[in-house]
Amino acid sequence: MIYRENGQFKSSYRADQQIFPIRQDRYVVLGVLLIAFVAAPLLASNYFLQAILTPFLILSLAAIGLNILVGYCGQISIGSGAFMAVGAYAAWNFGVRIPEIPLVGQILLGGVFATLVGVVFGIPSLRIRGLYLAVTTLAAQFFVDWAFLRIAFFTNYSPSGNVSVPALTAFGLPVQTPAQKYVFVLIFVVIFALLAKNLVRGAIGRQWMAIRDMDVAAEVIGIRPVYAKLTAFAVSSFFIGVAGALWAYIHLGSWEPLAFDLTRSLQLLFIVIIGGLGSIVGSFFGAAFMVLLPVLLTNVPHWFGLSLAVDTASHIEHMVFGALIVFFLIVEPHGLARLWSIGKEKLRLWPFPH
Amino acid sequence: MAFFLETVLGGLMIGMLYALVALGFVLIFKASGVFNFAQGAMVLVAALAMARLSHWIPQWLGMEPGLWGNVLAFIVSALLMWLLAVLIERWVLRYLVNQEGTTLLMATIGISYFLDGLGQIVFGSSVYSIDVGMPKDPVFILESMFEGGVLVSMEDLSSALLAALLVAALAFFFQYTGVGRALRAVADDHQAAQSIGIPLNRIWVVVWTVAGLVALVAGVIWGSKYGVQFTLSTAALRALPVVILGGLTSVPGAIVGGLIIGVGEKVSEVYLGPYVGGGIEIWFAYVLALVFLLFRPQGLFGEKIIDRV
Repeated sequence: MIYRENGQFKSSYRADQQIFPIRQDRYVVLGVLLIAFVAAPLLASNYFLQAILTPFLILSLAAIGLNILVGYCGQISIGSGAFMAVGAYAAWNFGVRIPEIPLVGQILLGGVFATLVGVVFGIPSLRIRGLYLAVTTLAAQFFVDWAFLRIAFFTNYSPSGNVSVPALTAFGLPVQTPAQKYVFVLIFVVIFALLAKNLVRGAIGRQWMAIRDMDVAAEVIGIRPVYAKLTAFAVSSFFIGVAGALWAYIHLGSWEPLAFDLTRSLQLLFIVIIGGLGSIVGSFFGAAFMVLLPVLLTNVPHWFGLSLAVDTASHIEHMVFGALIVFFLIVEPHGLARLWSIGKEKLRLWPFPH
Repeated sequence: MAFFLETVLGGLMIGMLYALVALGFVLIFKASGVFNFAQGAMVLVAALAMARLSHWIPQWLGMEPGLWGNVLAFIVSALLMWLLAVLIERWVLRYLVNQEGTTLLMATIGISYFLDGLGQIVFGSSVYSIDVGMPKDPVFILESMFEGGVLVSMEDLSSALLAALLVAALAFFFQYTGVGRALRAVADDHQAAQSIGIPLNRIWVVVWTVAGLVALVAGVIWGSKYGVQFTLSTAALRALPVVILGGLTSVPGAIVGGLIIGVGEKVSEVYLGPYVGGGIEIWFAYVLALVFLLFRPQGLFGEKIIDRV
């Protein structure tokens, strides 16, 4: 009887169209934010912040970006790792070459560069559809991998091809301990998630969804495919680029192109599928799943007193991921987000079955 | 000139391998509309099975490893690929009938992950060799035309021959057998094929088996040339642009595309690579395919895509 919208009357369009129209939802979201901003940095151990929460947040951000492209606009991409790499290296190059740019500026500039590259690789989507496009996005992946490995300018002629960031500060505050890094990332993710949510429920989001559902029909009713598709590519790459810069700066600290190879792209795609295509909150679920599953898989054998070799464990992880993808596609094509909304529907009716 | 010819020939040989892997993609796409991302993993699993079984089977039977060991290993590996096809149909495809192409693509990505893991758990993950007794010595040809002649590896020649035979056999199978006709019918229209009594499920098993066999042959050739290890499944990714260059639905397209990309890769690597830092083989094929598709979105021989509201 708790989760019920009875008696919550809306007397203006504004109130009717807010993100969380049900009061209980707003309280839950506020509670989650409170825990995330206050309780987590104070209570969680450094390991938990560093190895689980921070990567979870950054992957969620990247997944939101990919979800805009794949889930909302229907342009399937297997090259998102490339845009993460562009974001990371562009941010780093700005940082090294123009040290006056503040940290947040570097990260956003990384996103801007990823946007440019994303639009360039998005142009083929105007001609090529569906599966052909999926494969051509691999072009971005392989080209970018190669460019950062071979073109010495991008790594500032570092002999090993490895680059690293110095101790970070933002707005005069240090971003060095796991808790500080976590909060820094959290601020980014909250702002961007809100931005994404508002984009997809606005006019542009509806255009993307129309293109996804059937681009010819969308064109007939007056949606410009060029504009819709390219903005989807641009927004998506911006998000992914920022996530890439955060991943490199905050999570890794020092990295090589391998950190953003095809595996990363596929990982993001899996997050989006498992979490739920076309759902912002699903991106978070998927990322949580993706981060927690390996931890679980390495720990579960220990509880039963088994010890697995590292490579066997990683093979099993592969198998479990693969099987889960197929399982989700068959059983719940809309992913964890759909389960979440089913749960909410049930709660609204509870304790009555209908 | 001789060097250029050598480069082109080398490219043609590599292209033959690409064409073989690409053939697997095309077969499955033609008959079921599934873009099989797992073809690379299938090549890996088939090659791993072949490499390991050709050592294990002689050990179990207490015989000398050699021709018969290889033949037995090939048969058992082929049976494994058939089993794989049955399981994929039973556990995955059956539930995904009538889903969109992208959903099916993602399902095959899942299958590919699963196979990568499974194959390496069962067969181990180090580097293995396959020795099917292909001649290794290089020979010189056309010595009268060019100074020093043109260097050709016999291994390449024999594998190209094998690939050509396989393609011919497949073409025959598709053109003249009952099952082949049924396959083409299914490719044209699922529903129409079903309504005249062609069992869709069995056709899928057949086509995945054939794709598995093609993967096995590609794996054996590739493995005996470069050794079998995990990178094989990523190497198969290089065959993807071949498919989209040739057109997703065209067997000749896969072959022509494979040859074009093989030659293009080699020539560009040798003559263009030094100026841009080398290693452009990795993306050359993809970018070539991408640019080409801008002008002809359905690929060289693909069917024209017509959209209706």
